[in-house]
Amino acid sequence: MQNDSAVESSFDLAPVAEIVASHAPFSEGDIIGALQDVQDRYGYLARPVVDELARLSGLPVAKFYGVATFYAQFHLKPHGKHTVRVCRGTACHVRGSPKIMDAVVRRLGIEDGATTPDRLFSLETVACLGTCFLSPVMLVDSRYFGNLTPDQAVKVLDNMGAKRAGQGTTHQEGTPTCPS
Amino acid sequence: MSKLTPEIEKLREARRAARRRRPARAVRICTTGCRALGALEVHAAFERELAAAGLTDKVALLKTGCQGICAGAPVIGVDPEGILYLGAKPEDVPEIVRTTLVGGAVVERLCFQGRQGPIPKRVDIPFFAVQKPLVLARCGRIDPTSIESALADGSYEMLERALTGMEPEAVIAEITASGLRGRGGAGFPTGRKWSATRAAPGELKYLICNADEGDPGAFMDRAVVEGDPHAVLEGLLIAAHAIGARQGYVYVRAEYPIAIEHLKLAIAQAREHGLLGDNILGTGMAFDVKIKAGAGAFVCGEETALLASIEGKRGQPRTRPPFPAQSGLWGKPTCINNVETLANIAPILRMGGAVYAGLGTPTSKGTKIFALAGKVKYTGLVEVPIGITMNQLVNDIGGGVPAGSAFKAAQMGGPSGGCVPARYLDMPIDYETVKEVGAIMGSGGLIILDGATCMVDLARYFMDFCAKESCGKCPPCRIGTTRMLEILTRICAGEGKPEDIARLEELGGQVKKNSLCGLGQTAPNPVLTTIRHFRSEYEAHVNERRCPAAVCRRLIGFKILPEKCICCGRCAKACPVPCIAGKIGKAPARATEQDRENGKVGEPFAIQSALCIKCGACFDICPVAAIEKK
Ligand SMILES: Cc1cc2nc3c(=O)[nH]c(=O)nc-3n(C[C@H](O)[C@H](O)[C@H](O)COP(=O)(O)O)c2cc1C
Ligand code: SF4
Ligand code: SF4
Ligand code: SF4
Ligand code: FES
Ligand code: FES
Repeated sequence: MQNDSAVESSFDLAPVAEIVASHAPFSEGDIIGALQDVQDRYGYLARPVVDELARLSGLPVAKFYGVATFYAQFHLKPHGKHTVRVCRGTACHVRGSPKIMDAVVRRLGIEDGATTPDRLFSLETVACLGTCFLSPVMLVDSRYFGNLTPDQAVKVLDNMGAKRAGQGTTHQEGTPTCPS
Repeated sequence: MSKLTPEIEKLREARRAARRRRPARAVRICTTGCRALGALEVHAAFERELAAAGLTDKVALLKTGCQGICAGAPVIGVDPEGILYLGAKPEDVPEIVRTTLVGGAVVERLCFQGRQGPIPKRVDIPFFAVQKPLVLARCGRIDPTSIESALADGSYEMLERALTGMEPEAVIAEITASGLRGRGGAGFPTGRKWSATRAAPGELKYLICNADEGDPGAFMDRAVVEGDPHAVLEGLLIAAHAIGARQGYVYVRAEYPIAIEHLKLAIAQAREHGLLGDNILGTGMAFDVKIKAGAGAFVCGEETALLASIEGKRGQPRTRPPFPAQSGLWGKPTCINNVETLANIAPILRMGGAVYAGLGTPTSKGTKIFALAGKVKYTGLVEVPIGITMNQLVNDIGGGVPAGSAFKAAQMGGPSGGCVPARYLDMPIDYETVKEVGAIMGSGGLIILDGATCMVDLARYFMDFCAKESCGKCPPCRIGTTRMLEILTRICAGEGKPEDIARLEELGGQVKKNSLCGLGQTAPNPVLTTIRHFRSEYEAHVNERRCPAAVCRRLIGFKILPEKCICCGRCAKACPVPCIAGKIGKAPARATEQDRENGKVGEPFAIQSALCIKCGACFDICPVAAIEKK
């Protein structure tokens, strides 16, 4: 794996100008939106990118980092290709989300907030996905999985890993069904 | 006040045209929340099957928002019959097309299963019987990505009325008469908030819709924004007319991507139809709306933190006064209303404030959406007149807790709320009564708990949530929640000290009294209400090192009862450690002589408890309940 700062120094910074332009006239109220755009584009808030954002917007870089470190959505470190979000909300908690989290942590070998060494998965918990009626719930990128069992959660991840290795298994299209 | 303008005439013509085109024969699939259980795949299957049957032109296939009975995901409505199919898979779709759309009969196995058998029609299902959908009237019926669909069902009619026939003061008077109180949690009278903002000096005023919905377990705002975004826009427009706001924002949490997508579309469509901009419907009114996506901080639901977030700052609350109505966004007068509050506005104008005030109780008027989740059979969204009892909500509508367990309590109001125990089943749910038992109605999230929930663990869970979400600005909340969490963690680990319960009560009181914002002021509530109503569970943890609900891992153990074990080996396969051993085969008690000769007799499995991490996988998988947990 390449060193992060080596990768970062080769980042194409041209899109940052486009992002700043899309918020013109740029003011403090655009900081969060611009950081969201940057994260969408680069996957995370890389140092040179945020510096460039600050330079082009004319606002102190500290304001950008102040915001970036406050909100859970922002990552300052490279993120995995897939983001797994396990809901830790109340409805999910009382219907077994701790077990889902355990199973996912064991399968990926990483804790909440970490990224697998192969950068395939990042694991996060989320306060609620608004899908409490099908708890426990997990969101992988933009796919929701409801009424999960620990087994099914692991299977979802297996299938995504298998797809990457090119073993011919396709991304699971059918969704797990309610076991009860 | 303006007269009928050509633009209004044009909108009315668009509505009439949309009504003429409104299909009689329609299949409506909830593809928002129900996406989590394959709704999009079912929709694709319908597309294929309708084409194969040559019905594409004869049956309108609609993607809708939430239809209420989310437990039956994916939920499918078939009209004009009013049939509801629940839990269908793509492979069921050919049968639905053949039997119902072609044959005119019902596929009974996909219907709601009542006590006396299948109930095909929505109107007959007990889940919907006591409901009074005002806010949710269009949700689940219309295609939320099409303004025509919304117009045909009456969207923006009340905006027209307000702009052509009602002075701002008259609108405020109507809302005041309705008795509407904010649905975001605090229950502040909406009419009063509006007149304060209207009265505040200044040309530029802001209006904000709070769609942050941070309370875990609540999903009504998500459903309204996703299923009927024009209802939110119409509410904003009428409010803007009433208070004289020029610019609006909708602050949506980032965890709701479908809501953001539908709202973006709705704003673009509204602008095209002249419903936003500098000269709304030709009346000279100027108002526009921007979306601000949150970035994952619960505290940003609090109104002053929300303002800081829109201003591009760290989302930290500030002291009030000054209230936002005087000095809000960028120091200008600002009115902040919740999604459901705003979605109530058009229905109130339609029925009249006085009629609306006839619903509900003397102090809590109108309807409220509750989100049923947790250990209840029919999870979903219900809109009922305020004042309905817990019993009606949980048992009549929600179908009770799943078989084999018993209703223990309802958690209301999320991290700011509390637990209402089973003995209050007949209590009417309104702002005041719920408060008396230590909880709050809050946003309407209702998480049903049964015997398998440990109240101490639940309290620890909420304190963990608040400690993580505390913005850190004021010490009572930042340090107090951390201390309380430490105590609760220790109690759940079986290391509680005799004085811990009293210590929690004392600390809780201090945090409530001295915190700056609502987060800290309410964070101790889940702990204090569980101590109040379930003290014996705390005492069992502290004094006997025992978790009565068998949840707290450090206090439980798993054991296989050899006489019950059928030697199937599933537990050993499921165990992640692994720490279960035995021999697969016939259970010794049931083995025949022949089995013995052929070496087919198993050996009961057993757990090496020293290695067990107490994950419960074995317990969950054992087909004959041979594993004991205690
Ligand atoms: C910690 C905290 C979180 C809150 N979260 C929300 C929320 O997610 N949605 C909401 O509408 N109100 C929330 N509120 C209440 C708002 O501060 C505010 O009272 C409400 O948006 C006003 O709208 P209403 O009068 O229409 O209810 C929260 C309050 C606190 C203290
Ligand atoms: S009470 Fe908590 S969340 Fe509110 S301002 Fe103080 S530290 Fe921040
Ligand atoms: S509780 Fe988990 S770790 Fe313990 S024996 Fe059962 S499956 Fe194995
Ligand atoms: S799953 Fe149950 S029956 Fe099967 S081996 Fe384990 S304890 Fe015995
Ligand atoms: S609590 Fe998990 S989705 Fe809401
Ligand atoms: S019916 Fe689909 S989310 Fe409620």
